[in-house]
Amino acid sequence: MQVTSPVRPPLVTGGKTVSDVTQDISRHVENKPTKLWIIAFTLSLITLAYGSYCLWTTWYEGIGMWGLNKTIGWAWDITNFVWWVGIGHAGTLISAILLLFRQKWRTSINRAAEAMTIFAVICAASFIVAHMGRPWLAYWALPLPNAFGSLWVNFNSPLVWDVFAISTYFTVSLVFWYIGLVPDFATIRERATGVRRVVYGALSLGWDGSAKAWQRYEAVSLVLAGCSTPLVLSVHTIVSMDFATSVIPGWHATIFPPYFVAGAIFSGFAMVLTLMLITRVVFRLEDYITVEHIESMNKVIVLTGSIVGIAYLSEFFIAWYSHVPYESYTFINRAFGDDYWWAYWSMMTCNVISPQLFWFRTVRRSIAWTFLLSIVVNIGMWFERFVIIATSLSRDFLPSSWAYFSPTLYDIGDYLFTFGLFFTLFLLFAKFFPVVNMAEVKAIIKSSSAKKNTK
Amino acid sequence: MKDNNKKYWKGIEELSNDPEFLKHAHNEFPEFLSVKEKGSNDASDAPDRRDFLKLLGFSVAAVSLAACEAPVKKVIPYVNKPDDVDPGIANWYASTYQEGGEYCSILVKTREGRPIKIEGNKLSPITMGGTSARVQASVLSLYDTERLEFFVEEGKAVKVKSVAEYASLDKKIIDKLTAAQASGKSIRIVSQSILSPTTKKAIEEFKAKYPATEHVVYDVLSADGILKANELSFGQRVIPSYNFSAADVIVSFGADFLGTWISPIEYAKQYSKTRKLSANKKTMSKHYQIESNLSLTGCNADTRLPIKPSEEGLYVAALYNALFGGLNVKTPSHEVIKKAATDLSQAKGKSLVVSGSNDPYVQLLVNKINSELGNYGKTIDLSTPSYQKQGSDEAILKFINEAKSGQVGAVIFYGANPVYDHPKGTELKDALKKISLKISFSDRMDETSSEVDYVCPDLHFLESWNDAEPKKGFFSLTQPTITPIFKGNRAAQESLLIWSGNNTDYYTYLVNNWKARLTGGNFQELWDKTLHGGVFQTQSSDAGESGSVANINLSEVEENISRNYKSTSGIELSLYYKVGLGSGSLSAGNNPWLHELPDPVSKATWDNYLAIPKKMANEMDISQGDVVALTVDGKNTGIEVPVLIQPGQANNTASLALGYGRTKAGKCGNEVGKNAYPLIKVKGNRLDLNAGVVTFAKTGEENKIAQTQTHHTVMARPIIQDASLAEYQKDAGAGRYKPMIHTNLYGEKKPTEVTVWYEHEKPNHLWGMSIDLNSCIGCGACVVACQSENNVPVVGKKEVLNRREMHWIRIDRYYSSDAETDITGEYFESESGVKDLEIAAENPTVTFQPMLCQQCNHAPCESVCPVAATTHSSEGLNQMTYNRCIGTRYCANNCPYKVRRFNWFKYFENEEFDKNVSMNNFLGRMVLNPDVTVRSRGVMEKCSFCVQRIQEGKLKAKMEKRRPVDGEIVTACASACPTDAIIFGDRNDTDSRLHKDNAVENAERSYAVLEELNVQPNILYLTKIRNS
Repeated sequence: MQVTSPVRPPLVTGGKTVSDVTQDISRHVENKPTKLWIIAFTLSLITLAYGSYCLWTTWYEGIGMWGLNKTIGWAWDITNFVWWVGIGHAGTLISAILLLFRQKWRTSINRAAEAMTIFAVICAASFIVAHMGRPWLAYWALPLPNAFGSLWVNFNSPLVWDVFAISTYFTVSLVFWYIGLVPDFATIRERATGVRRVVYGALSLGWDGSAKAWQRYEAVSLVLAGCSTPLVLSVHTIVSMDFATSVIPGWHATIFPPYFVAGAIFSGFAMVLTLMLITRVVFRLEDYITVEHIESMNKVIVLTGSIVGIAYLSEFFIAWYSHVPYESYTFINRAFGDDYWWAYWSMMTCNVISPQLFWFRTVRRSIAWTFLLSIVVNIGMWFERFVIIATSLSRDFLPSSWAYFSPTLYDIGDYLFTFGLFFTLFLLFAKFFPVVNMAEVKAIIKSSSAKKNTK
Repeated sequence: MKDNNKKYWKGIEELSNDPEFLKHAHNEFPEFLSVKEKGSNDASDAPDRRDFLKLLGFSVAAVSLAACEAPVKKVIPYVNKPDDVDPGIANWYASTYQEGGEYCSILVKTREGRPIKIEGNKLSPITMGGTSARVQASVLSLYDTERLEFFVEEGKAVKVKSVAEYASLDKKIIDKLTAAQASGKSIRIVSQSILSPTTKKAIEEFKAKYPATEHVVYDVLSADGILKANELSFGQRVIPSYNFSAADVIVSFGADFLGTWISPIEYAKQYSKTRKLSANKKTMSKHYQIESNLSLTGCNADTRLPIKPSEEGLYVAALYNALFGGLNVKTPSHEVIKKAATDLSQAKGKSLVVSGSNDPYVQLLVNKINSELGNYGKTIDLSTPSYQKQGSDEAILKFINEAKSGQVGAVIFYGANPVYDHPKGTELKDALKKISLKISFSDRMDETSSEVDYVCPDLHFLESWNDAEPKKGFFSLTQPTITPIFKGNRAAQESLLIWSGNNTDYYTYLVNNWKARLTGGNFQELWDKTLHGGVFQTQSSDAGESGSVANINLSEVEENISRNYKSTSGIELSLYYKVGLGSGSLSAGNNPWLHELPDPVSKATWDNYLAIPKKMANEMDISQGDVVALTVDGKNTGIEVPVLIQPGQANNTASLALGYGRTKAGKCGNEVGKNAYPLIKVKGNRLDLNAGVVTFAKTGEENKIAQTQTHHTVMARPIIQDASLAEYQKDAGAGRYKPMIHTNLYGEKKPTEVTVWYEHEKPNHLWGMSIDLNSCIGCGACVVACQSENNVPVVGKKEVLNRREMHWIRIDRYYSSDAETDITGEYFESESGVKDLEIAAENPTVTFQPMLCQQCNHAPCESVCPVAATTHSSEGLNQMTYNRCIGTRYCANNCPYKVRRFNWFKYFENEEFDKNVSMNNFLGRMVLNPDVTVRSRGVMEKCSFCVQRIQEGKLKAKMEKRRPVDGEIVTACASACPTDAIIFGDRNDTDSRLHKDNAVENAERSYAVLEELNVQPNILYLTKIRNS
């Protein structure tokens, strides 16, 4: 048990007791779904259904359903992939790095953030498979023993690194998340009857709340946090190498790994905020996810947003400084060309300029501003990936091949599929799983004696 | 049966009536058959869990195995294998392509009895192994499902089992012909120029039988003006042989001699000889082109002057005056004409002036200039006339008038479609109703043949026997490479012979005709030899005449030119033919390979359009793709076409391609573009492609033009490296860009010295290519040749618009820009701003650059493929393994040359792509090259350097226990090239032409595109040198 300075403001407000925590969190799992949840879930299912239709058509007819062409072989597909992977990063950062740094405020949000990570990685992975011309052969990207002779994957290819990075990331995140859920499942099991008791009983893996169990729980959490921490850096580094190791001007840049990681955390925190701001209202968790939480996260956003901004300017500087004609052109065209200037300036506005508003304390602590800016940041980060991927490809070396990309309904539909999938999963999670880590939150509630001392 | 006492039993238990057996015998599944656990002998045991699982497992496995069974396809073997057909081994036959007067001596590759590829015949002294896109594509027309299977009588097919059954039909036709002859009305055979002397003989025989017959010859791509002028100047109505290779100075007034004028394959070959440079030959010809629309020839010119069509005669007169003076015509004065005159006067007897005009007076003046320059007998040979254009505009116009007045009793259309391709086609269509007997030999129900009584489909040239005499004394033979696909088709000549009462089959007739020609030995031997080589010559190539002097009445020329050529203030419309499609009026009009071949200049596919200069578009507020309605000389034409902004188009002119807007060509050709033939101007007795003054207004609609290239300038990048001839003569490496890479430790290094990769071993061969930008004229023959060789699908207009054409080789065409400075990519230093670099000059210089997989030795595509589907061979090839590809497209993204092509859809057996006929119908599929995989959807593909040919060549050499000889293995593009701009070979072979070119003779000119990336391409380009 750690000692917290009595002068620190409480992380959970409203004078919640340990019992209140159990009540407040388990309530949503145990009660009938609210009307709002049903509406949201229906909308998600409709989106998922439409998206599934589009995805199915893309699979059935071919990648030609998208707007890609001979010059631009990746556009929305990989943009979406990188965007989703980036979003996932916040969950890992919150649960792993903040755990190692003993940032107690993370306990209220880590569960949902981790869930978001897992669902985001699933969405990202869906694009890895969907963007393939022959997705039914996706398993060929795995180094499996096979009957095709001595066929092996190409370890030089960043896409193979991606496969390892994403699958490792997904596995570790899933295990970490699930381990965290076990004590809470046991809590719910204890309160439940009938089928639900059986189900939650099974999910809680025989958790008995003994001191030994808690000790192991803590140890495993720490080990997994240790495993996850390098992943926060490595996954997006490797994703960035899809571009950095290529020869295409605008892709071929050594700045990409740190720049991508910062961008990932940036967008991930924004997404966590978007989701948490809704959840705290819908599930009346204002006392658990407080303005303090929001402010802390906004600080991370303004920091990472500024890192990203410096990265954008560095790229431009290098393009000028290097005298590489193709790179120079790519950047001039990116910002001032007729085709994609709007994408570039959307990115600049959303990612670099607007987060600077968080320097103001009132903005940082304003729910409305935070919600708005969190969405703006995610739009900006989507544009960042689109700018890097599509605009660089659209005008590379030989002007004869220059082309323009315009999305089709299927590009949009397949993106919607991941939204449908993400929100369906997230809503199911919010309904059936405890959205806040009860066990850990209980640990940070000040005991009544501690409360007295502060007065 | 009742006597049968035999006893049948299923097992020894049944025979012995074993009680154990009897107990269960009535059960459906007798117990003893079930699988039981070992050791359990208790018969009363019910099947236990293990047995159940075993059976379940077996059933699942059995059901899935049954489902996996491949469909059985039966192969029918030869009962008696033909001696000369070996499965898997190609047979080659020499033959001749001839359609509408076009000629090419060819070799036809057949596999298992199917012609699948056409190559040029190097033995031909005329085409010398060159081909054109149209020649390459003609093999697809053989398998066109639009071809008629049977003779058609009054719109109904006469189904027969063999042509012998047409006897009664023939009798009907003969009766009607006899009746027409007796009626006193005339009989007409309408055709384009016929090159075949034997066919002409058959027509003569027909004429002898029906003396009322006259043979009306016209040419869609008419050269009537030249014929008339030569008749007036020399008393011979002929086209002379031009020899561009002997010309140091070439001045062309609108003659697209590399694209569509008379004999472009021949001229391209000759022309390229004057354009090639090497350490031993540092001079090249100087080419002036004076024209209104930017033609393929104009793109290749050193100096190009855009003029209005109405000024053409005046500029020819201006040149005459600049050279010799004395012509009383108010001529425009222009620097280019003065320079051309100076150059011409210094190259007397070594120059050539040509004009594409159909005006005999302009041609007379051209003759006069050539004559004064002493070019006859040197670069122009009248004693060896070309027969590729014999048609008369007057004759066809006269025929139409006769038909209208009801004087014609019978007409036979042979290789002609005048209802479509003549400006008076509609009038002819109506007039045909007045003719009682109308016959067509067309292979399909086209615009003309659907108006006739009898369609007697001719054989495709790959199915038929024939001969050709494209030039006096130069013969070649056509031999069938497949038995007629449709048993109901008959050679047109045979039909004519039958109707003339001569029942000899055409082959015998042909051989008999040749017996007179092949003398001085055993005929059979000579015949076999000629058939094997494909060509035969009675006149030596250099039998030049001593030099004719044109006898010309200049005052008449003066008067006519002054009267007919007055610059108008309006916008003038000139009509032209596409290099790919040609006249478009016969089978080529339905050929999807030609429709999808990007126009060499505009890079547009699947459409015709009104080309206008940018200045006019700006003034009129028209943007590309806006549909405009054309009014010509005040008359509404009803033609609505999209606008294309064409740099190089003369100001206040517009141009529109002919050959489009077919209505009855077939699935691929119908409703593609708009028919501009009605716009051809009939000026007295001749046709004029200068259609007059055009006005046009936006209709408000938009029709996007499917271009394969939408950025037209090179953006000051060293992708095209060029220099002027003078610079080159001083320094052979002029214009070369030699990038150096700065390293911190070692200073400036060549890109090849900075690498993280190990070199691939190339112990045996290192295949490579050299592409001479100076000799590439951009014609596109290689593109179609590659399509044909490598089973490249056609994707259609919509997908080209989506920028998804599949061609493995493309020809990048770059216009110069006025903004271009010496910035060489220092874009941040550019004062004019990068956007100005995108604007093509008003009259740009043009460079063509064939672009295909560069077979990089450090290929960026290879390192990024996750599944190693694209790898490097030990012979320097970048190999694509389709079966392994999962379609991530990473390789295509990382290709700096953007030469990889992705199968966005399933292009075969897919109704959505019905224009991809070579993969979507039973007949079309016969053209596929069995050595090349048809790619499935979702995989990447690209140029393989024709690896199937490399393999074939290596195996052949191995069988003969030798090394492959240089030139034995050639890629499809290199072999199709009419100018030998592409050399393919083995870099490890120091005796190879490739090595000599890149390492010795043109070492300084050789460069790798994007050398600074150090991807080490196996293709090197030779700098473009301009004689300007």
